[in-house]
Amino acid sequence: MSEHIATKKTYILVWMSLMCLTAATAGASYLELGRFNIVLAMVIATCKALLVALIFMGVKYISQKITLVVIVAGLFWLFILVSLSMTDTISRSWR
Amino acid sequence: MSDSSPNFTAHSPGLQHHFATMEQQTDASVMGMWVFLVTEIMFFGGMFTGYMIYRYTYYGPWLEGSQHMDFWWGTINTAVLLCSSLTMALGVRASQLGQRRLVVAFLLITILFGVGLLVIKGIEYHGHWVDGQFPGAHFRFAGPNPRQVELFFSFYWAMTGFHALHVLIGIGLVAYIAYRSWKGAYGREYHNPVENVGLYWHFVDIVWIYLYPLLYLISHKHVSG
Repeated sequence: MSEHIATKKTYILVWMSLMCLTAATAGASYLELGRFNIVLAMVIATCKALLVALIFMGVKYISQKITLVVIVAGLFWLFILVSLSMTDTISRSWR
Repeated sequence: MSDSSPNFTAHSPGLQHHFATMEQQTDASVMGMWVFLVTEIMFFGGMFTGYMIYRYTYYGPWLEGSQHMDFWWGTINTAVLLCSSLTMALGVRASQLGQRRLVVAFLLITILFGVGLLVIKGIEYHGHWVDGQFPGAHFRFAGPNPRQVELFFSFYWAMTGFHALHVLIGIGLVAYIAYRSWKGAYGREYHNPVENVGLYWHFVDIVWIYLYPLLYLISHKHVSG
């Protein structure tokens, strides 16, 4: 693997996008969308997290497969934790 | 490595002897850092899942509690943290290019942003403290569901508290690598510690990216479910 060095411009563009997305999510919290407020907020947060992970943390440029396996395994674990906990919580209609 | 003959040729002083090449050493180190970050995902993931379960169970009280967050401090802190991530990324970039003074400058600015975040968090904490919004014997809340709102505040203090602790540790790590960079310990060839501290810093940023909407935003204007 030869090291990837991102340009200054890339980092500044990513930072500007992050700031715009923060303004967007703050603004969206003033809208009355009912249950969709949380959906919109989480979609924007995930976009921001992806920008940080892919560019700032350089996940996009990782050439070593085993490192990607570690990351995907971690996220998959989180998916299991959240999805199984929530399906259990939501489906307890007898409470 | 196929070459088994003794090799006394010059190599980077940063290369440890159990690695064949610098690349192999860096790849192994970055993977190790990610393994650690996965344990951090588990650590924060548990708290996020707890938050979700109780938010679902006590939806109304969760809204009540959330409306006592300071929207503007939370938003400003998000911006501060994103700026710190930019300077961190630029610091790592400078270390890849071997620009020693620039590395130190960017790392010091990153520390300033980190301290700024903690100061703002401290102002918020003080406000919650004097308003009796710290869970425990002195918790007070005028409303129909004080116990459930107290639970919201337990999650608020635990999640932002552990986040602030991570920022504090991050500041220490950044200060250490800034000092080492100043001393000339890292160059074009060997700067992996700077990279790994950068990964940690960005990870802590991502945690806040989710904490901000979950605690400050999703209920701040909404009184009904």
